[in-house]
Amino acid sequence: MTGEVAVLGAGMHPWGKWGRGFVEYGTKAARAALADAGLEWSAIQSVVGANTVRCGYPGQVAGATFAKALGWQGARVTSVYAACASGARAIDTARAQILSGMADTVLVVGSDAAPKGFFAPAGGERPDDPDWLRFRVLGATNPAYFALWARRRMALYGDTAEDFARVKVKNAAAGAANPYARYRSPVTAEEVAASPVVADPLRLLDICATSDGAAALVLGSVETARRLGMARPVRIRAVSSVSPTHPRTALDLPDIATDSAPPGSPVPDPFRPSIARAAYEEAGLGPEDLSLAEVYDLSTALELEWYEDLGLCAPGEGAKLLREGATAPGGRIPVNPSGGLASFGEAVPAQAIAQVCELTWQLRGQAGERQVPGARAGITVNQGLFGHGSSVVAVR
Amino acid sequence: MSPTRVPVVDGWFTAEGGEFRLLGTCCRDCGAVYFPREDAFCRAPGCSGTELAEVPLSRRGRVWSYTDGRYRPPAPYPSGPERTWRPYTLIAVELAAERMVVLGQGAPGVALADLAIGMEVEVVPGVLAEEDGRTLTTWHWRPVPEEGPAPDGRPAPGEAS
Repeated sequence: MTGEVAVLGAGMHPWGKWGRGFVEYGTKAARAALADAGLEWSAIQSVVGANTVRCGYPGQVAGATFAKALGWQGARVTSVYAACASGARAIDTARAQILSGMADTVLVVGSDAAPKGFFAPAGGERPDDPDWLRFRVLGATNPAYFALWARRRMALYGDTAEDFARVKVKNAAAGAANPYARYRSPVTAEEVAASPVVADPLRLLDICATSDGAAALVLGSVETARRLGMARPVRIRAVSSVSPTHPRTALDLPDIATDSAPPGSPVPDPFRPSIARAAYEEAGLGPEDLSLAEVYDLSTALELEWYEDLGLCAPGEGAKLLREGATAPGGRIPVNPSGGLASFGEAVPAQAIAQVCELTWQLRGQAGERQVPGARAGITVNQGLFGHGSSVVAVR
Repeated sequence: MSPTRVPVVDGWFTAEGGEFRLLGTCCRDCGAVYFPREDAFCRAPGCSGTELAEVPLSRRGRVWSYTDGRYRPPAPYPSGPERTWRPYTLIAVELAAERMVVLGQGAPGVALADLAIGMEVEVVPGVLAEEDGRTLTTWHWRPVPEEGPAPDGRPAPGEAS
């Protein structure tokens, strides 16, 4: 087990399409997290920014960008990028600094201003970039990959379009109660079924939107939390940062093909389940100990995959778990009580940090209408392009 | 004058010898196969191979999954707003000999209703788009005609090569 770090403060800028810059959103989230921690900005010893590739150079040096926006005060700055897992890696970096004694108080910030429509690769003629190639050669958007996986589930496990719609209905109901969510209206199964097909079998309301939004955390040592008078702070007990093992035989974005497995060799362990497994091992707990989970529902069908990859049920039983109501508010293990990406839309570098903000508020009992009663332990999980995956376990 | 035909990516497929094939590379040390091709280093952990030979991939495989694109994808897909937009199918195909899955567009006219997971498909030459006075060529997957080629992958009698 690695040592624990304390969540001193959490803050967000609401998700939406606000038409302003990512620095403004991130600064608002950072100020909110500092206020929640009861700390002056000058007390922060290190800033870790989760990068956005969309927002030019400032987006790619996010740590420095937010340190400047908050007012240069000499703190250490670090910027990290891991695609959709960037926020979790920023948390991991902050944790390493705290546990190694490099810093006692670290501000973690992720923020994005996303364009309308499909995410697209960086411009130019770049045939050595797999992400550029999949758009160039195949027009394979992110939803196309989500749809390939969704259809596999339908064929292998008998999942139906109605099951996928049920995920959206559940998450939209939760998001309606979250002031930080972008979409705050309940959605019916009929509305999902009436939305246009984007990549068959997935419809517009099965796929998460792209949003503006920002989230921030102030992390510190457990001793620092005590010094600040926090008797029972939320503690981050594990942050897994795993990469796949070769050969990778599951088709994943942005790849055009999988690795080739040698003849007769056993099928290697799939990547996604290893993300949560590493977190459970590090935290010394298992799925049966969880009060809630925040999973990366880039699509409705993918949320069902995560149920299985988190060990909440056996492979193939995700839809059954959903139909039983186990993952709904009041169920055995509520999943995405925040409303998930279905209600937020993805603000890439902010999203994994927002997941931990939700855990923090749930574990403190501050989640209002969406509170999971008596929440004691929660997990987040996300996966980013190019072999990034992270899972955070927090307890109180 | 007919437009010049150029592959959308160099070195990924060939019609040399009259048979259209995807091209990968194979590590001479450990036998690992790569598509898209690796030419400098083998990526298998524990293998220090630096010699990779070009190999054609299996012509046929079975549908692993499939979908379509109903909305125009963003650049660099060669389909600017000035062009007519045609939805296309995307087919992920499992090649048994290589134990790998390769994604590709379906041949023109291949609809979702024509596809099923596990169905046998074959690779065929295709056209991705006309762009800047050039015809961009690519590979397509299409279902193997039921009473068509022999199961060993040889072209059926009368099939254009």
